[in-house]
Amino acid sequence: MAEVTYRESIGYGMAQELDRDPTVVLVGEDVGAAGHVFKSTVGLFERFGPGRVFDTPISEQAFVGAAMGAAMTGLRPIVMLMYADFFGVCWDTVANEIAKTRYMTGGQVEVPLVIQADNGAGLRMGAQHSQSVESWAMAVPGLKVAVPSTPVDVVGLMAAAVRCDDPVLVLTHKYLYATKGEIPDGEIVAELGRAVVRRPGTSATVVALGAMVPEALRAAELLEAEGVSLEVIDLRCLVPLDVSTVIESVARTSRLFTVEENPRLCGWGAELVSIVAEEALWSIDGPIVRITTPHVPVPAAPVLEDAVLPRAARIAERIRAALG
Amino acid sequence: MTGEREKGSTTMAMQDHTGLSPGGATATATDASVADGADGADVARDVRLAIYRRQMLIRGVEKRAYDLFLRNLVRGTSHLAIGQEAVAAGFATAMRPDDYTFATYRGHHHALARGAPPAGLLAELVGRTNGLMRGRGGSMHITSVAQGMYGSYAIIGAHLPIAAGAAWSALYRRSGQVSVCFFGDGTTNIGAFHEALNLAAVWKLPVVYVCENNLYMEYTNTRSVTAVDHPAADRAASYGLERIVIDGNDPDVVYTTACVALGRARAGGGPSLVEALTYRHGGHSRADPGKYRPEEEVKAWMTRDPVPMYRERLIGLGVASSELDALDQEISALVDQATREASEGPEPGVSEIERDLWADGGASWRR
Ligand SMILES: Cc1ncc(C[n+]2csc(CCOP(=O)(O)OP(=O)(O)O)c2C)c(N)n1
Ligand SMILES: [Mg+2]
Repeated sequence: MAEVTYRESIGYGMAQELDRDPTVVLVGEDVGAAGHVFKSTVGLFERFGPGRVFDTPISEQAFVGAAMGAAMTGLRPIVMLMYADFFGVCWDTVANEIAKTRYMTGGQVEVPLVIQADNGAGLRMGAQHSQSVESWAMAVPGLKVAVPSTPVDVVGLMAAAVRCDDPVLVLTHKYLYATKGEIPDGEIVAELGRAVVRRPGTSATVVALGAMVPEALRAAELLEAEGVSLEVIDLRCLVPLDVSTVIESVARTSRLFTVEENPRLCGWGAELVSIVAEEALWSIDGPIVRITTPHVPVPAAPVLEDAVLPRAARIAERIRAALG
Repeated sequence: MTGEREKGSTTMAMQDHTGLSPGGATATATDASVADGADGADVARDVRLAIYRRQMLIRGVEKRAYDLFLRNLVRGTSHLAIGQEAVAAGFATAMRPDDYTFATYRGHHHALARGAPPAGLLAELVGRTNGLMRGRGGSMHITSVAQGMYGSYAIIGAHLPIAAGAAWSALYRRSGQVSVCFFGDGTTNIGAFHEALNLAAVWKLPVVYVCENNLYMEYTNTRSVTAVDHPAADRAASYGLERIVIDGNDPDVVYTTACVALGRARAGGGPSLVEALTYRHGGHSRADPGKYRPEEEVKAWMTRDPVPMYRERLIGLGVASSELDALDQEISALVDQATREASEGPEPGVSEIERDLWADGGASWRR
């Protein structure tokens, strides 16, 4: 058992896979001796050497594309994209090439790669270094999307992603990097597409993802004092989407809330809510409420950023109002 | 170390559908024997016959594809390489069976040159289940991994980094494979071209970038929107690479150039960037009559058609015309047979829609 920070768990998870499988390589800007911009790969270069850990030029199309070519021909690259906003400069490679190639080629080609990116807001970085891009990725057929909220899930989902023969985006949330968690000894492997109930409850189901999971849990604590018992589900993955865990919970609680960091339109919660409306509407007793960031770019000033992000107090307030 | 997972051509390249024995021609002209020059003077007879055969096969299948289009059997779009056969034939003849080819939407010629089955290619064009990609890819995405044809990519520039990645993997696995990446003159103005060239040079990757300079990007002359005369070669210096411009309609020149570049890549010498001057006889894509091209220019290039030119050369070198006639007839029968197989293939059933999105063979996104 080791206590590690979320930040360290990224490198921890990668090391587990680099150690296990010689076809795994790590590639990205400053991932080598520098230990990554977020210091998440510290020690990996020293441990695995320049033959496994590759520094790249600032060429997102080139190194994401190269990772794809390598994945097509026998390697299992882990790409570190740095800020998730940078998907914008390699979106062709991700959405048009990596996602579609197996399907378009009639299954001839496989692309078993992982793209890790530092996702989300909270660090006062402004609109181009703070986005939550998981909903972009979810909209493209052919991409799997994992969004861990704890160190042990970072390790487990990273392992699942590396071992998966499909392309997987692992979006770690930079607001959580300083948080800590226990990682048990031995091999840690999670399963893609399995949500977990973080807190059982009876009054309402709250589905959250990434950094919104601890916020939702704090909101549940605030409301507990008022006699409201929230069940908090950590979705953990958007593709595959664990619909059954959510529907099973809603069947018990009769109410549904989503807590999403993404801007309002077409956030992952919209999809989830529409599925619940289609398949479990008769379980629902009152309005379904999506708690999201307003449909604006993320502002930089602390007071403004705090005001747009769903934080525990605001989440509790919305739920309190909706439950009446 | 990764042989079992690599679906590449090392095990499957034996299924070459050019009718040539795989690697046979290459074996007679080793990389070393041509390392000193790329003027195409000393190409062995059986290599030349192999090149001739590849050119004829490409010409035959591409003309057939055009016929099928005129009969409204090929829907969507398609981009033919009639006139550009020499680049594909010269390179494929010099490549090892397990080398990788990456091409663009104008990629039929490269697939055929590597030995992809013509029936599978035509069936893909007419949207049948026996198509190379089971009807899910279409003309712009011809892929035939069994012969090392790692795909045709329809977003300009996208495959240059991917080809670099295949080369990176070959280097990592110490497999000796080389990745060869074909693209057009217009493609040299997109960022991915420059990013890929830089990465390939910095990592000394065994990749050969081949610009098929046919002077046009769709309907615009590339020179008119490019800062330099030679869109690929004049950029080579930026990446520390040699400036190479060749006659892309002379298959012997292409072949010897390819041997040198492939040899350099295999020996650890890193990437090459080759600009091959060529011309497409038709328009950019299916319906384009190509009227934006000056008549004189078209005429001049038509007299340099690589297919009849090469036939003349072979006859001049003492190959009996009866031998070439027999070969032509064989190819023509092969193209007819492929057309029959293609048109007799079943239309895809709707069950195809939810196949092969994921490694488990399905397309499910939820549980
Ligand atoms: C990113 C992108 N922009 C534009 C297009 C549309 N397009 C398709 S082919 C083409 C011309 C490409 O010219 P060139 O690279 O010279 O190749 P050629 O068609 O001559 O073989 C263009 C602009 C595209 N497919 N992708
Ligand atoms: Mg062109």
